[in-house]
Amino acid sequence: MSTDAVLGFVLAGTFVLYALFGGADFGGGVWDLLSFGPRKAEQRALIAHAMGPVWEVNHIWLIVGVVLLFAGFPRAFAALSVALHVPLTLLLLGIVFRGAAFTFRTYDMRGDAAQRQWGLVFSAASVVAPLLLGMCVGAVASGSIRVEGRVVVSGFFASWLSPFAWAVGVLALALFAFLAAVFLTHEASGAELREDFRRRALGAGVAVFVAAVAVLLLAREGAPRVWEGLSRSPFALALHAATGVAAVTAFALLWTRRFQWARLAAAFQAGLIVLGWAASQYPYLVVPDVTLQGAAASPATQRLLLIALGVGALTVIPSIALLFRVFRPRPEGSATTDTHG
Amino acid sequence: MFMTDLLYARAQMGLSLAFHIVFAAAGVALPVLMVLSDWKARRTGDSDYRKLSQKLAKGTAILFAVGAVSGTVLSFELGLLWPEFMGQYGEVIGLPFSLEGVAFFTEAIFLGIYLYGRERVSPGLHLFSGVMVAVSGAASAFFVTLVNVFMNDPSGFVATPHGPTDIEPLKAMFSPGWLTQTSHVLLSCYQASAFAMAGIHASVLLRHPGSAFHRKALSVALPLACVTALLQPVVGDLSAKHVAKAQPVKLAAMEGQFETERGAPLRLGGLPDVETGTVSHALDIPNGLSILAFGDPNAEVKGLNEFPRDTWPPVAKVHVAFQVMVGTGSAMALLALVTLAYRWRRKAWPSGRKMMWAWLVSGPLGLVALEAGWLVTEWGRQPWIVRGVMRTADAVTPVPHLAAPFWTFTVVYVFLGVVVVALLKRQVADTLPDREPKGPDVKGGEAHVH
Repeated sequence: MSTDAVLGFVLAGTFVLYALFGGADFGGGVWDLLSFGPRKAEQRALIAHAMGPVWEVNHIWLIVGVVLLFAGFPRAFAALSVALHVPLTLLLLGIVFRGAAFTFRTYDMRGDAAQRQWGLVFSAASVVAPLLLGMCVGAVASGSIRVEGRVVVSGFFASWLSPFAWAVGVLALALFAFLAAVFLTHEASGAELREDFRRRALGAGVAVFVAAVAVLLLAREGAPRVWEGLSRSPFALALHAATGVAAVTAFALLWTRRFQWARLAAAFQAGLIVLGWAASQYPYLVVPDVTLQGAAASPATQRLLLIALGVGALTVIPSIALLFRVFRPRPEGSATTDTHG
Repeated sequence: MFMTDLLYARAQMGLSLAFHIVFAAAGVALPVLMVLSDWKARRTGDSDYRKLSQKLAKGTAILFAVGAVSGTVLSFELGLLWPEFMGQYGEVIGLPFSLEGVAFFTEAIFLGIYLYGRERVSPGLHLFSGVMVAVSGAASAFFVTLVNVFMNDPSGFVATPHGPTDIEPLKAMFSPGWLTQTSHVLLSCYQASAFAMAGIHASVLLRHPGSAFHRKALSVALPLACVTALLQPVVGDLSAKHVAKAQPVKLAAMEGQFETERGAPLRLGGLPDVETGTVSHALDIPNGLSILAFGDPNAEVKGLNEFPRDTWPPVAKVHVAFQVMVGTGSAMALLALVTLAYRWRRKAWPSGRKMMWAWLVSGPLGLVALEAGWLVTEWGRQPWIVRGVMRTADAVTPVPHLAAPFWTFTVVYVFLGVVVVALLKRQVADTLPDREPKGPDVKGGEAHVH
């Protein structure tokens, strides 16, 4: 396998991890906004408790992805930065407001009113950011970003405001909300709270299904290359079949309250959706004008990058394992007693 | 004032970096101070140090979070504002950026454990996490500064009209001057944070001279502040000597040296005028510049006249920023000397009103010097984004109406800055003697803290 294919695979892997961890994090914010019922406060507390120690780590996958893109495939990064300048800037504003508001809410000691205000900023940004992220992905896959030589010729709006891009945005939002709800069933310390998130997970699961069907239907017109990849390439077809199996399994496990396993199945489902996107547009980085090979950095650079990644993985992976081990959910009751720093 | 999109792009990048740099510096240095107090608390069993390390941890949490999100913005802005720079040179500087990512990742992971894990992990692992935060914070600043070193003094590739070829990423990563510039930057992070912390506690001590907590806090900040303030002029001098050799046009702008001259004077202060080629209102020290830059009173210093007019940096801005950096740096070094002399003779850190006023006034100087120094290196590199190879004007995005994102980020960052200051103020207010819960615990009087 050539280095650019390996690096492309690693890049896709980074996006899978960002979708799983960063996605669940965004989803947490969505459920903060949509919290209701008699256990509204408990729902919010659980979300904040689960996110507190890990949210910053969860979002570094995005930075890793960006660095890999500009170091490994600089021309693709340049083209995307121009074509998607507007939604990426809006996404950044969402990320800034979300992270800042979450932290301010944790450390603002002025009482409930201030907490509610920061909470609203945090949760509203958590809805907007995944939508924009999905729209950017939709634009990349749709084939409407056109690059001639080194110049983007398709304008700054049309590519990410198409119906297909909107549908991908909604799919991302639903998927992240689904992931978060499934993960929270596992984190919840009481049966009632767990049921709250089980119902939310089932609802979000249906929303994912509807959005996925919409994306598929719109792909024929809106993303012909992906449609072709979806319907022709046997590898992509197999991936999509596996995604379907994972989705049905996750749903069934949630229905029968096997939360530990449901978490795994949901993670598989989300990961396979991202890989499915990557596989159906392979070998294009930006459909239809920029390929992995065309945008690739020199082989020497790519090899060094892979070495740096290996060294990085040796540092980061054990550390992350430790982090998640330290903050794994505790048996009933004990999780709510500890205080933050 | 009419501004082109290029100017708006530069203004947005400048704003984002100026904002981020404060939080980045805090993210590098506060963990060290936090771990030091934590370690002191363990060694002495003193609850004040424990409380201090918890307060510092909260401060770190707030500042690191804003640093993390503003850093995310920057990693995208490299492309959003300078796509041609990243499209051509992204691969040349990808290696330090990737390693910076790894370091930043490690910092965030262990900060999570340190902040939220106090009750969940063993004391040893907790302290280890704090040390990891401090080490990886420094590593991340080190790697990201290497990128700036490359932009100032690029190496490790062959430039062609279509971009770089024959790329050697390792050579590019350690471009000439890397050791002095990274040392200079790292020291400035520690110095700026330690001075800010000392300033905060000095201001409380002026109003509440009896507060043992704030006296101890000051005793944690002062050693770091004094040591860095004395080391920085030495490292800064080495850095300037490198600039004199490798980037003579930047040195000429920094010093307002319009004509090539043997035995060039050092011009303190003043305002350069590019039309007349003179520096007005400066205090000249004969042969000073030749001595400082080349260690020889008669050494020749190249003037701006040696270089084409369209490759001059904005001379007045660079000179003034440089004077501000050197001036504040000298003031801090002087205060450090006085403080250390006091510490040496009286065997205690100073506590009198005059010295507290001096530290209060000097509190912001570290940050002022940090921003000024960064302006010197960025303005001093203009009109290039990669010196001698790519002009800033050729790297800018074709996206129009850049005024919109610039003003949006300005408003957002001003708002965030105000909120952070308010939050930190409340964290400090929470430790004031009249706010502390009245209890049977002994208020440890005017103990001398060593």
